[in-house]
Amino acid sequence: MLWACVWLPSLALDAALRSREPPDGPFALVTGSAQQRRLVAVDARARAAGLAPGQRLAEAEAVCRNLQTVEYDPHYMQESLALTAAWAYRYSSEVRIDPPRAVVLEVERSFGLFGPWPRIETRLRGDLAALGFRHRIALAPTPRAARILANMQDGAAVASPEDLPQVLGSIPVARAGLPPDAAAALAGMGMRTLGSLFALPRAALQRRFGSELAEALDLLLGRRPDALAAYRPPDRFDARIDFGCEVKHHQGLLFPLRRMLGDLAAYLAARDGGVQRFVIRFDHVDAPPTDIPIGLLAPEREAAALFEVAKLRLEQTTLPAPVLELGVHADALPPFVPESADLLDARAANALPWPQLVERLRARLGEDAVYGLRVDPDPRPECAWVRDGDSGKIESPSLPRRPTWLLPHPIPLRGPTPRILAGPERLETGWWDGGDVRRDYYVLELATGQRAWAFSTPGECGPFMLHGWFA
Amino acid sequence: MNAVVALDTLIRDRRVWRGQPAALPSGAQPTGIAALDAALPARGWPEASLTEILLPADGVGELEVVLSTLSRLTRSGQRVVVVAPPYVVYAPAWQAAGVDLAWLSVVDARDGDIAWAMEQCLRSGSCAAVLGWPVRIDDRTLRRLQVAADTGRALGFVFRDRAALANPSPAALRLEVGPGVLDVHKCRGGNPPAPIAFARS
Repeated sequence: MLWACVWLPSLALDAALRSREPPDGPFALVTGSAQQRRLVAVDARARAAGLAPGQRLAEAEAVCRNLQTVEYDPHYMQESLALTAAWAYRYSSEVRIDPPRAVVLEVERSFGLFGPWPRIETRLRGDLAALGFRHRIALAPTPRAARILANMQDGAAVASPEDLPQVLGSIPVARAGLPPDAAAALAGMGMRTLGSLFALPRAALQRRFGSELAEALDLLLGRRPDALAAYRPPDRFDARIDFGCEVKHHQGLLFPLRRMLGDLAAYLAARDGGVQRFVIRFDHVDAPPTDIPIGLLAPEREAAALFEVAKLRLEQTTLPAPVLELGVHADALPPFVPESADLLDARAANALPWPQLVERLRARLGEDAVYGLRVDPDPRPECAWVRDGDSGKIESPSLPRRPTWLLPHPIPLRGPTPRILAGPERLETGWWDGGDVRRDYYVLELATGQRAWAFSTPGECGPFMLHGWFA
Repeated sequence: MNAVVALDTLIRDRRVWRGQPAALPSGAQPTGIAALDAALPARGWPEASLTEILLPADGVGELEVVLSTLSRLTRSGQRVVVVAPPYVVYAPAWQAAGVDLAWLSVVDARDGDIAWAMEQCLRSGSCAAVLGWPVRIDDRTLRRLQVAADTGRALGFVFRDRAALANPSPAALRLEVGPGVLDVHKCRGGNPPAPIAFARS
C-alpha cells in the first residue's frame, strides 16, 4: 500500500481566506478575550510587515495600520479538514483524517484508474489550488512516514518499504512525531536523527523508553498497521460561513456562495452523487433567518449550474436585514445520472441543454412556471386538458372543431349579432362529479373578423357566452 | 483567386440579381401556406430570425399561420416553447392541428420577465421555435431577441397589436394577419409582396 499525505500548513488561514474576497492588505486571525486579543495566524503581507502569531492585537495594530482581522474559529478549521477528506474520497476509498491539519489517502489501488503517481499528484495539486488550500504532498508506504515527509519535504515520494529507513534516517528526531517525553530524552542523549534511532536494538529501546516509542517506530516503518479510523463521507452536506461583520449587499454574498457551492460540487463528485434540493440560509442580526429553498428537476452536481440557479433565486429575494452568516444545507443526496449526449448532435457549442434551461427559467419565474400539456378524455371543454403529467399520448376523441385558445372563464359576448358558422353542438355531461354542463356550442364569426367559440342555453340561439377563439 | 464560388450558390443566396425571376428552391422553414411561401424571399420563415406577427384582435387566424410549422417541428422531435400565452393553450385543438404535445412547453411569465424568458429560450439552442406575447416591448428588446434567435438558430415569433406597425422594428419579417388577408410589411431579402388572400380552414 502506498499512502499520500496532503498536509495543509496554513489551514486556519486558508479556511478563513477562501470564503472571502481576497483582502487588500495584511490579514490575520485573532482569538482570546476582549482584553487579551492575540494573533493566531498571519498571511504573507502581515508577516512582511513584522507581525507574527502570538503577538498581541494592540501591538500588531500599532505596527500595521491597515491590518484586517477575523475571529479564529477552530470549528471552521475542522470543517475545512472534513471537506478536504470528502474531496480526497474521490481518489481513494481509504481516506483518513489526521488532525489537526493532514489528510492521508491510500493511492496504490487507484493507480489503475488515475494513472501513475506523478499524474495523481498533479491532479491533487490542481484540485487543492482550486479549492483554495495551500498544501504539501508526499508519498510513502506508511501513513505516518507520508505525514512526516510531507511536513519536511514537499513532493517527496518513496515507493518501496525497503528505502524507507534510509530516507527517514536523516529526519531530526524532534520532527518525527514521536511521543514528546521520549523525543526530549533522545535529544538529551545526543540522538539527533531517526537514523541513529533505527540503529539501536529494539529490545533495548523498549526497556528504556517503554513500549510507546517502539510502537511509534513500528507504525512509522510499517511493521504494524496504523489504526487511524477510516473516513466515511456523511450522507448530508452542511456548511456555513460566519462573516464576522454585517454584509449588506447581494454582491458581497455571491463570492462566498460560489465558494460554498463549489465545495458542495467537490463533495458530490467524490461520492458520485447529485443534489436535488438544498437550502441556503442567511442569518441576520436581529431578524429570523431567511431560508431560500432550491429545488431542481433532476439531481445536479456541476458547480456552475448550481451557482447560476442559486444566484437567480438570490436576486429575486429581498433580504430583510444585513447578513451575518451564510449556510448551505442538503439533506438528501440522490445518485447522479449524467445526461447522455448525442455524439453526432450538430448543436452549437454554446448551446444550453433543455433541462438546464428549464432550471434557469424556474429559478427566476417560479417553480411551476414551465409545464407541458396533455389531453384528457373528459368531454367538458374546460376539463379536456391537463398541465404536465406524464406525456403518455392520448388520442383525443374525434370531436367537432375546438378552438386553439380557451378562455379560463367564459365571459358574455357583446356587440352586433354574429354570423353562425357551425353549430349547435350540444354538450350535456359532467353529472358524475357535480360539475354538470348543459350547453349548445356555436362557432361564430364576429363583425371584426374574429372567430369565436361560444355557447348559449340549450335550445336558445343567444345570448352567447364566449369560451374560446379560433386563432 | 483562391476561393471558387459556385454560381448556383450565389443565385440561391440571392446575392446576384437576375433579370428574369427564376423558380427558387423551397426554403428550409416553409410556413405551410403555399401562397405565403411563394411570396416570401426565403420561401418560408426567415431562418434563425425573429418574425413579428401583428393582429387587430385575437382570433383572426394568427395561430393558424404558425400551427403547421409547429406541427412540423414537434413531429421531428424539436422543442417549441410558448411564452406567456394570452389565453389557455387548448391542448385538444393543438393536438388536432398536428402538434406533438410531448415537445410543446408553456412558460408562464409576468410582464417584465416575458422578454427575458423568450431571450433565454431563443439563445439556448435547445428550442426550435419560441412564441411570445410580450405586453410592452421596445425596439431595443426586439433587437436583443433577434440576436438571440440568430445565436440559438431558432425561429422567434412575437405576437403584437397592429398598432405597433407605426414603429420601426428590427424583426426580419413583419406579417400582419387580418380577417382573410396576410399582409407582409417588411421582409429581409426582398421588397414586401402585395397582400395575400388567406382562406381560413
